[in-house]
This record gives sequence, structure tokens and C-alpha cells, in this order.
Amino acid sequence: MNFDAHLLEIIKWHFSPETGCPFWLDWARKNFDPCKEIRSSADMLKFPHFQDEWLRDLQPEAWVPAAFKGKPFNIFETGGTTGMPKQRIGWNDYKTDYEEFSGKISDEHFPRGGAWLMVGPTGPRRLRLAIEHLANFRGSSCYFIDLDPRWVKKALTAKDFDHARAYMDHVVEQAVNILKNRKVAGLFTTPKLLEALAEKINLYETGIRGVFCGGTTMAPQYVRFIIEEVLEDKIGFYPTYGNTLMGLAASLPLRPEDNYSITYYAPQPRAILRVVNPQKTDETVPYGAWGRVELTTLTKEFFMPRFLERDEAIRREPRAPYTWDGVAEVRPFGAMEKTIVEGVY
Amino acid sequence: MTHIPALRLGRPYESLDKIGLKDSIATVSQVNAGIIHKDLQKIAASRAALKKFSFAQLIELCGRAGDIFLNANDPQHYVETLSATSGLPHVLVRRNMQRIHGMLANMGQVLRGLTRGLDLDDKTSPYCFNPATDCLGLVMPSNSPAVNSLWLPAIALRIPVIIKPGRDEPWTPYRLIQSFIAAGIPAEAFGFYPTDHEGADTILRLCGRALVFGDKSTTDKYAGNPAIQTHGPGYSKVLIGADQIERWPEFLDVLVDSIAANSGRSCLCASTIVVPSYADEIADALAKRLGPIAPMPPEDENASLSAFANPRMAEAIDAGIEQGLATPGAVDVTAQYRGGPRLVNFQGGTYLRPVIVRCDSFAHPLANKEYLFPYAGIVEVSQGKMLEQIGSSLVVTAITRDECWIEQLMESSHIERLNIGPISTMKISWHQPHEGNLFEFLYKRRAFERI
Repeated sequence: MNFDAHLLEIIKWHFSPETGCPFWLDWARKNFDPCKEIRSSADMLKFPHFQDEWLRDLQPEAWVPAAFKGKPFNIFETGGTTGMPKQRIGWNDYKTDYEEFSGKISDEHFPRGGAWLMVGPTGPRRLRLAIEHLANFRGSSCYFIDLDPRWVKKALTAKDFDHARAYMDHVVEQAVNILKNRKVAGLFTTPKLLEALAEKINLYETGIRGVFCGGTTMAPQYVRFIIEEVLEDKIGFYPTYGNTLMGLAASLPLRPEDNYSITYYAPQPRAILRVVNPQKTDETVPYGAWGRVELTTLTKEFFMPRFLERDEAIRREPRAPYTWDGVAEVRPFGAMEKTIVEGVY
Repeated sequence: MTHIPALRLGRPYESLDKIGLKDSIATVSQVNAGIIHKDLQKIAASRAALKKFSFAQLIELCGRAGDIFLNANDPQHYVETLSATSGLPHVLVRRNMQRIHGMLANMGQVLRGLTRGLDLDDKTSPYCFNPATDCLGLVMPSNSPAVNSLWLPAIALRIPVIIKPGRDEPWTPYRLIQSFIAAGIPAEAFGFYPTDHEGADTILRLCGRALVFGDKSTTDKYAGNPAIQTHGPGYSKVLIGADQIERWPEFLDVLVDSIAANSGRSCLCASTIVVPSYADEIADALAKRLGPIAPMPPEDENASLSAFANPRMAEAIDAGIEQGLATPGAVDVTAQYRGGPRLVNFQGGTYLRPVIVRCDSFAHPLANKEYLFPYAGIVEVSQGKMLEQIGSSLVVTAITRDECWIEQLMESSHIERLNIGPISTMKISWHQPHEGNLFEFLYKRRAFERI
């Protein structure tokens, strides 16, 4: 199915009383009828930016499409938010996303049946179920070590660096314990935890063959450091950009000419990433330029038009097998102007 | 464009992230904290490489390195580039070079001073010492090249160095390392890591011993940590005793040198003059000498003022002084001899011209301030109350012959280095520890018997 056909199907789904959710049906009554107004992806600019407060303030039931009514849903929360988090409900989207992603990682790095270890935010996050599903989908099981990014963020905001470090040590110590006592081949973690883990244990010698990484900024020099020194050019590295609202955008293997700059491609047609001019968000920035990341999610479980992420990135050209734009060197929006608390997450 | 790589235990490393120095003169590779952590895991091998040399051999190699530093590898280019990025006039860069060279050339004497005459190579010595660390971490400032002389004895003491250079002054530590290597010291004894705050923190946390330079907020952070020696503002002072005050005009040269040598850019520079009487007259005489000093082209042999690498710092200092002067009880005595503003732009550089502020008491906010240019407060305090008011001071020059007061000065725990008599606070003796005793910081003495 081409992208516009998918878009029209999703619009029709969310804005038809027999399938749509209370929030969007109500929204259409007060604004315009997308079933009539949206004919192609260009028309998506008619939607205003999705407000993240809606995901904080409204009860989850407001987002249940009529077609899913009565089916218990998962409630997923966004990562490091303190205060009331954004919540996204879902049923099978995470499975769809991660089954597709499974086709992008090699059996050499993540041998089928070989155990996984996830060291990172579990709790109310989509990632926890997603990673386990990915492992299971590949015939593997997964160990988990939790990290609470909200606690780390609190400690760092209060400049309690000793506490944050002690907590990180506590997390890493548990992971080392698993790696020393169980056979693990695949690892999901955040870059900072990966680095800390590698300071305590030789990942290759312990049996790790593939690392799937996501969750925070990975500038080219840092990527180079991870590949050359942490993974010693021996372990497969799969950086991704993702979150609860989008799913995950995969990256392509690095080429020498990339100079360690990672470009991510959204899981279209289920999600679209645009890199827009922060001052005029209707416009995308030219290729190679920095702009703010705008996310549109288009699944039958969740419709979210034009949400401005708190990230900025470089817009990149399509690259096979992807026929759509990529986003590169993602970092917190305004990272060059102000200090952003990212912590270990 | 020149590029300065990181040196990972001697191995050059060009990073993808680089910062540009002023006017695109050079780029400097930047490494992340993880790289430093990784390299520190191999530091034992660096120390083993230095241990292959006797102390006597290392002292000799230091001398050779000093000559290379001073004379080889296009020293004029070093002078010009450092001057361009740091704002120091050529003549001051050369003076700093001489100072560093002096330290390296006199390393034997320096070590004798630090160890109180111990023959480090004498294995039969009844004094035994063991290293407190495998390396010395250094978080360096950008203010003045000669500050690097502080870490030089570490190499002669067989301790590798892990250096984070100041952002605007990578030149001197890099040149020193190259000189050491050319002289025959193993390259793996040197880590040179231009890095961010996290990298600096890693150096301070993981090196068994470290020196950190910075303002009061930085030094306060590490105060009380025995593994970290802090080097912040010196608050150095000249005190004139009641017995000598009538002779004050004879001491003007010492006062001027203490305040203004090296363009006031040293923690050794006097920032407060304390006298029992004649404060107005001395302030006026100092202002007459220092007030007219103005920026000159960097290559002028008579230039004595440095430009600020970061103009915003000069602006902030100027605003701070202005704010201080708004508090009653202080006068910028230099204003009348300056004939213009304190903050000036000259040939594209931002300068602060010398300032002498007459303060009516130590309580005035400008009385005990230290800035990166020739600045001093002058306060009138009776001799009997000076010691209770001066506070912590890196160097105190006390001009007196009053033995009773000298005794009290010798007892004072506020004074790290004491000069008695008309000696510039900037004077350094090779046989005396400069700031803290590096040998006692890097080594522990222990009781030792052997049959």
C-alpha cells in the first residue's frame, strides 16, 4: 500500500464514528472533518500541532478507538518525564514495530535462541514489552535490569551527581552479575550504560555479539568511541531513535563517508518524521540543515498528527531501502543554547 | 590550519569533535570522558615506562626538554600563536618560557627542595617513600603559561601526567609534552585530553592525585578531598610593618612588580596592599605608576598588558568593579592617571587597564578581590590587626624587621608562602616548593627497615 492510501485509511478509521476514538471524533466536530479535508500527505499541514498535554490531562479511555472498545489496553508512559507523564495506550502496535525491526538485525549479532539482556528503563514503558517481544519473536528470552530515568533526572537536576553515579553503579553492578553468570548474546541498553558496563566487563569475551542501543544523543564522536573502544569493532551496533509515541526508527549500517553520523528512518507509513524550521513549522529545513523533529503517528491504535518532539536533528536524504527522509544526529532541542539534563537515559 | 590532537598516553588522536581557537588559528580535538577512563586503565604501563629511568636520568632529561622547549621547534611561532589566542604580549610569553625553562633546567635543585635533600636514587637511604598514585591528573587554566611549571616535577618524580588543558591555552602543555618526548622521556607518560566538564571530572575522580585550577566555586567543590589539590585565587598580599612604613617610597618597585608583573595574571600577584599608615599616599604613588599603562601592540617589547581571550570576562570584571565602587568607602585612584575608561579595545583586543582601589577597610567588597589583570586594593590597618584580617593568602610579603611580628607571621596558618623583606610576591626560588609540595602530594614517606 502506498503512503497516501495508508494515510487515508487511518484518517477514515479515526474520524468515523464506528471505528474512531472519542477524542478525535469530538475534535472533528469542533474543527474540520479530516475525512473530507485530507486527501494526501500535503494536507496534513491542515492539522495543528498535537498538544502533549492531551496525553497528560485526559483519561486513557478518550483515546480508545471504537473498534477496540472492551479490549484491555496497555498503558505506556514516556521516559524521563517528571510530574504527570504522557501516556499512550496500545494493543499490538509495539509488536508490529519490533517484528519489523527484527528483520533489520542480523542473526550473526543476535543469534536466534540466544538470550538477551535489557538494561534500561522498564516500568511503565513500552520498551520493556517491546524488547521482550523482539527477543521472543527471534526465539530468545530476555533478562531485565531496571533503570528509573525519572530518579536519575531528579538527582541530576538537583546537582546530586554522587547519588546519580551511585545509582548508575548499582544498575551496572546488577547487569555485570547477569553477564557473569548467564549466557547472553544480545544487549539492549542506553549509550551511557553501555559505556559504564564496558568499563566493568569485556562485553565480547562475556559473549555479547550485538548491541541495540537507543534513548539519548549519540553525536558522531561518541558513536565512534562506542564502536571503536567500547565494542572494539567486534560487536554489532544498532543505534535507534525511538519513543513511546513513535515506535522506533532504525539506522542503516554506517559507511565510511558517513563519518559516524547516524541517520534514522521512521517506520513509515506507521510514523512520519519531518525536520522542520522551528520558527515556521510548516516548512521542512533543507537537506543537511538542523531543525526540530516533528512526528506524526498513523496506526489504527493511535493517531497523532504533527507532534513537535523535544528533539532537533539534521534532515537527510532518503537512502535505500528507505524512500523517505531520514533524521540524523538527534539531540535535545536547543542543545547548543542551553544545558539539557539527559543523564544516563 | 594547525590542528592539536589529543594525546592518548602519547598516541595522537584526532577526534571528530574539534573546537576552534580564536580567529581560526587552530583546531583542537575534543575527547569524551569515556576515552580518558579507557586510557587510565592502562596507566600502570605508563608509570612502568618512567620507572625504567633513575631519578638522576630523568632530571637530566628534564634539562634537555627545557632547552628544546625554549629553543627548538620554531619558538617564535609558539610565541605568536600563544599571544594571539591568550592575549599575552610576546614579551610576557617569552618571560613565561624562561620561567618554565628555569624550572626544567633546575630540576635537580627543585627536587632537592621538595624532598628536603633526599637522594631519591639512594636505595640504602633510611627514608623510604612509596607512590600515592599511578598518575597526576591536571585540570589546567588558560590564564598564564608558567602555571604549567607546577606539574613538571611529576615527570622527574616518575609519575605520568593526565592533562586537561585550559580551553584557550593548549599550546604550552602540548609543547612541553613534545619537548619531553623529544628529550627522551617515554611518550606514554603523557595524557593530553582537551575535554568537557565530564572529562575534567573523570580526571579528578580517577587519577589518584590531581590538581585543579579554577575560581572559588571550583576550588570549594574539592576542598577537603585529600587526593585533589585546589589552586584558586591566591589573594596574595604585601604587608608593610609599622617599623618600615616611613620608608615606603623605597618599596614602590616591589609593590608595582607584585601587582603588575605578568600582567597581573597570576595567583602570586599581589591583590591587596596592607599598610599601617600612608595608605592614601601609597595608593596615589602606585596609581601614578600603574594608571598610565595602556595596551600596546603584542609584539612591542614594552607591552605589559594582556588582552582577554574572552572579552565578556573583561566586561564582567569591569562591571564588578563598578558595582563595588558603588559601595561607599572605595575610590579608583588610578582613574585620574588613566585618562580614560578601564575597559578598552585596542587593535581588536579587549583590555582592562590597571586599577588601584583605596578601600577604607577590609570589609569593603573591593579590598580583597583578585582579578586577571593588574589590580590591587589598598587598605590601612594597624599592624596588630593585620594578621587577623588578611584571611587566606597564597603569598604574603611582609616588609618588616620587627622580630616579634615576624614570629607571629611565621606562625600564621593563613599564609602558604611567606617572604620577609622587600621581595616581590612573584619571586620564585627553585629550592622552595611553589604551591604545595608536589613530592609530598605524590609520595608517602614510611618507616622502612631492611636486613
